[in-house]
Parts: sequence; C-alpha cells; structure tokens
Amino acid sequence: MAEIVIKKVRKEFGDFVAVKESSFKIEDGEFFMLLGPSGCGKTTTLRMIAGLELPSSGEIYLDGEEITQKLPSERDIAFVFQMFALYPHMNVRKNISYPLISQHMPRAQVKDKVDEVAAILGIKDILNRPVGSLSGGDRQRVALGRAIVREPKAFMMDEPLGALDAEFREHMAEELRALHDRMGATTVYVTHDQLEAMQMGDKIVVMNNAVVEQFGTPQEVYDKPATMFVADFIGSPSMNFLHFEGRLASGAKSIELQGRKVPVPQLREGTQGALAYGVRPEHVRLMTEGGHRAKVIATEYLGTTQIVTLETPNGDLKARISSDQMAKAGEQVGLEFIGETVTLFDVQSGRALRSELNEEVLTNG
Amino acid sequence: MAEVKLKGVTKSFKSTVAVKDMELTVPDGAFVVLLGPTGAGKTTTLRLIAGLEKPDKGSIEIGGEPVFGLTPAQRDVAMVFQQYSLYPHLSVYDNLAFPLRSPILRTPEDEVERKVKEVAEVLHIPHKLGNKSTELSGGEMQRVSIGRALVREPSIYLMDEPLSSLDAKLRADLRVELKRIHAELNATLLYVTHDQIEAMTMASHVGVLNEGELVQFGSPREIYENPRTAYVAARLGQPRINLLPVGLLGENAPSGAHSVALRPENIGYGDGRDATVLRIEHLGDQTRLHLKVADHDLVTLTDPHTTLAPGETVQIKPISPIFFDADGARIN
Repeated sequence: MAEIVIKKVRKEFGDFVAVKESSFKIEDGEFFMLLGPSGCGKTTTLRMIAGLELPSSGEIYLDGEEITQKLPSERDIAFVFQMFALYPHMNVRKNISYPLISQHMPRAQVKDKVDEVAAILGIKDILNRPVGSLSGGDRQRVALGRAIVREPKAFMMDEPLGALDAEFREHMAEELRALHDRMGATTVYVTHDQLEAMQMGDKIVVMNNAVVEQFGTPQEVYDKPATMFVADFIGSPSMNFLHFEGRLASGAKSIELQGRKVPVPQLREGTQGALAYGVRPEHVRLMTEGGHRAKVIATEYLGTTQIVTLETPNGDLKARISSDQMAKAGEQVGLEFIGETVTLFDVQSGRALRSELNEEVLTNG
Repeated sequence: MAEVKLKGVTKSFKSTVAVKDMELTVPDGAFVVLLGPTGAGKTTTLRLIAGLEKPDKGSIEIGGEPVFGLTPAQRDVAMVFQQYSLYPHLSVYDNLAFPLRSPILRTPEDEVERKVKEVAEVLHIPHKLGNKSTELSGGEMQRVSIGRALVREPSIYLMDEPLSSLDAKLRADLRVELKRIHAELNATLLYVTHDQIEAMTMASHVGVLNEGELVQFGSPREIYENPRTAYVAARLGQPRINLLPVGLLGENAPSGAHSVALRPENIGYGDGRDATVLRIEHLGDQTRLHLKVADHDLVTLTDPHTTLAPGETVQIKPISPIFFDADGARIN
C-alpha cells in the first residue's frame, strides 16, 4: 500500500524541458491517470516515480519516505510497459514465477503465489502453455501477472492497452479496473486516451507541454475545466467555444452573444478582452423558434443520441441531442444553452474565469 | 458512379474462409460501411471488388457488367488505404495530379489543373497545393490521399479504414468531411472499418460481417434498433448492449428465448430485481453504472448527480427487451 507525493518535480534533457515544476498527490489505493497528448511529459513523470529517470529538481515521496534518488529496485514499484515484454522461451508459469525466483523465494511458496495470481487473472488453464501461442489479451494478462505476483507497493503502467484494437481495449480496461478494485494497490497509469482516463481513473492529472494543467476527479476535470486545453482535450466531441469580445464584471450572471443575453454561472472575477463561452455538446438544445440562431451543417447518428454540427456567427459548435429530434443539414435552428454548466475562458491565457461553478476546484488546484 | 453487386462470392486462403457466400448490393450513390472485427472479411471483400483478389466462387458486377477477369485499372475503382502512401518527392499538386496523368487516362494538363483545384477545394487544402507532401500534418496527408482517389471519377470509391491511423479529433473532423464529400459528389462509396462510430455516423447502409458472412444489411438505425442476431446487437452501442440469460430480470419471455439483450438506456429503476452497484463511471456526457445481478455484470446509464455508491442495492427492470434463441437468432 502506498501514497505517492510529487513535489515540484522538474526534468530536463539537455536544453529540453520534459516536465516543469509539477506537484500532485496520489492517495493510497487510487487508480491514478496521467493524461495528455504525446510529448506532454506524462511518461517522463511516470518514469521518475518508478526511478527509471532521475528528476533534475524536486522530490518524490513513497509512503512518507523520500525516494527521489533511489534505485528502481529499492522502490518496491512494479512497471508494466506498453508492449508486453515476456520471455518467449518460457511458459506462462515460468514467466510469472520469474520475479519471485530471482528473489530466492522457496519453490513451494512460488507455486502458491503463481496459482493465486493466475486465479485472480483468470489464466489458470493456460499456465503450462508457451507464451508464443497466446492471444494478445492473454499475453497482457501474463504481463500483469508478473507485475502483481511480487505484491509491490504500487504499479506503474505506460499505455498498457495502447497496442490493442478498440473493442478488446474496452474489455481489458474493464478487467484492469476490476482487478484494481479487488487488489486495491495504488496504480499510476499513463494514457493519451481521454475516454480511458475518464473510465478507469479515480483521479486524473492532465498534462500539456510539460505542465500540469489540472488535477482532479474525472467529473471535476470534465465539468469544471481549469483551462481551455483541458476543456478541449476531455470529452468527445469536446467542449464548444463561442468566441466573443467583452467586458465582464464580477457578479455577472449573463453575457451577451449577438445581442442576446445568455446565462452563465455567477462570475467571481471580472475581466475584459477576447473571451470564450465554453459549453459541452450535451448542454446545447435545439429549437425551431427563438434562441441563438445557427445553421445545421451535418448530423451524425449514434444510436440514442446524435451529434449535430452547427454554424453560428461566433464559430462552429456541436450539439448532442436525442436521435428522435429532427435536424437536417441546411436548416436554420435556434440554440439554447444550459447556463449553469457553462465555463467562461480568457482566450489569451486559456484560463477559466472563476465562477460559482468552478470556484472551489480552481482555488484548490 | 455505379451500383456494385456481389453474388454468392466466396474466397478462401488455404483452409481459412475469408468471405463466405456473400450477397451484397452497394446501391448507386450509397455510402456503404462494412463493419466487423479483425478477420471478419472486410478487407478481402474490398480487394475482391477492386480486382486485387480473385473469388473462388460467385460473381461481381459493377454497373451491371460482370468484372470477372478485368484488371484493377479496367474496373475503374479508386482505393484509399489505411496508411497514406504519398510520393514524398512530389508536391501536393503533383500527388493529386498523378492518377490523372497515368498512361491510361492521359488527361490534358488544363483538365488536370481544373480537377486538382476542384478537389483541393472540396478537401479544404487549396493553400497547401504548393507544399511538399512531407511538409503536411497527418490529417492533411490523409486528406491528400483521399483526394488522389477523388480526382478521378471512378465507378466506386473503396476505402479501407482510411481514418484509423489518425488521432481522435482528426478522425471526428474527417468523418464529417467524408460524409459531406459523399453528398457533394454524389459518389458511391464502400468503406470498411472496425469502428462502430464511423459506421453509425457516416453510412447510408451498414453491412455487419462475422467470420466472412454478411449477417445484416440496413440503415444504421435499423441495425441499432432491430438487430437480427445477438452478434449484431453487440456490435453497435456504447456502452455495449447487455446480453443476459432469459428470466434474470423477471421479464416475460417468448417461448424458445435463450438470452435477452438490453441497451444500457433501456434499464429502468425503482422496482424489479435487486442489483448491487459495483462501480460508477463519470464520463462527462454519460454516467455509467456497473451492476451485478446474481452472477451477471451489466451496465446501465444514470443521472450524473447520482448519490449511489458501490455496494448499495438498486431495483432494476427491463424496458423493451430483445430476445434471442440458443443460436443467437432474434425472436420477435
């Protein structure tokens, strides 16, 4: 069991800054996601926690003990890589046993441990098979088995599902999460897939350009994004930004778009300049009369819902509405926004304006 | 543009039957998406139509004419592959012009220019025409490789997962764009993918493939609302449809029913069977509730502000269940 604290950690490779002063805390037993586009610094962060890279500055604590400069082998952390690195000439049992045998654990005890892990992973019946004959899913399970069997304090996983196709990935994601719920070990998981992060994580750190943009629960980062980057990166389709110029006072409860008042959560700060009205696709309503005028560009059927792409004087936006509601390309419609879920952004800095919606999250972050 | 017909087409590779007795009509002007997992026979079907593979049995007609024995070029089809294969030493303009300048077409240069510009307009890349193809982003490169198919006016466009190597955002943009292009050009398109979102959002008709067989063919809505088999039911919808043994939730089942399928949105709360909450997933646009009833896991949707917690019990009941027999065939 382990709590991991990252304090002002920075990593440079020559002139290149991979991670800028980042701080966050991973609670004991959490499934913790490091999320961001490629090159954002998430894998470097993970490797620093595991001890595969040493930070240029800052500290890392594992259960209160500083481990910043310790060797990977002294940290009691298991690493699961993107590509399942198994020993091809050994069978499944030997692959899983390997970490224990190299710790000189007695044979009988190794056998019990491996049997126990195989039962957890549902791979008891393939223990004697050569790994070369296994499906992708079973290989991944064996790789996990090898990590779990040591009972480390924490698991580090670097896009372990990245190589799998979509349908199977979703299945493995569910399996991994269920496994975590049974074992309760602290897990740090790197991914660029926002849906995976939302689905599996207890907490998410969103990184971009070597910086932590936001840190919170999936619901927080989705509902109360701290920056335009987070708002755009999380959600599919992502948050819409309607651009406008204006001067807003603290305490305002609405803004003006094309001469129409639209509601916003009460602002806790004032600002002026280039602003964006950020609204999630599912918080846009289509009406035949009134509202903010827009033209339907395209519709995409998704079963119970559909995505409608719309053109407005403040930029294009997407709405997620019931597929029973009619919308045809070329049609003029009216839009209404669910004001209490809206986030306003300062376009220049990309920062969310403080409001009654996000105040708590932004002050903590 | 032309209608494409496959009649009883079978193709095997050694002992593996890749395509089995396929009956498929791609109507003129349609956007047909073949959906199935890896190994379902999607790409083989496409290659058979293109003339890159020969069927063991059956016939293929393009525009009413059998194409047996015709070379890919003679079939007048245009293919777009998963990996964009552009000529790196040529400009975007020359890449787009390439198919038109082929010895078979020998298009006059003024005609080439008109076509290339027209297609660049459709793909929103007219400002990139002078660029080397290596100076483009991934999305732009894939647009150019689609454009290289579009400059010609073939009888049909065949596309093999053209968006799968792109990131999620770009894929979403290009989905809308492909659909627009299809409408603007009034083209006939056969597109294969394992991505259910692509199938649902773009297709006029979806063909669901399973182990080389076409199991159902219809509009996305028909496939989603009226799956003919349990396999088809499981192909569309996120989260996946729940497939449960009959009677688990106490529904009235017709005779012969073996399993019942329930879309996550078709599970009602408040009365019915006891279910234990395993986990709540906040995905933003939807909130998923993972439940356990007896020994079975199921997923349903709930209110984003739910106060439920793991370990609690809720009562659930089925709404418009779909029944299947022991072989997975639909019972009405």
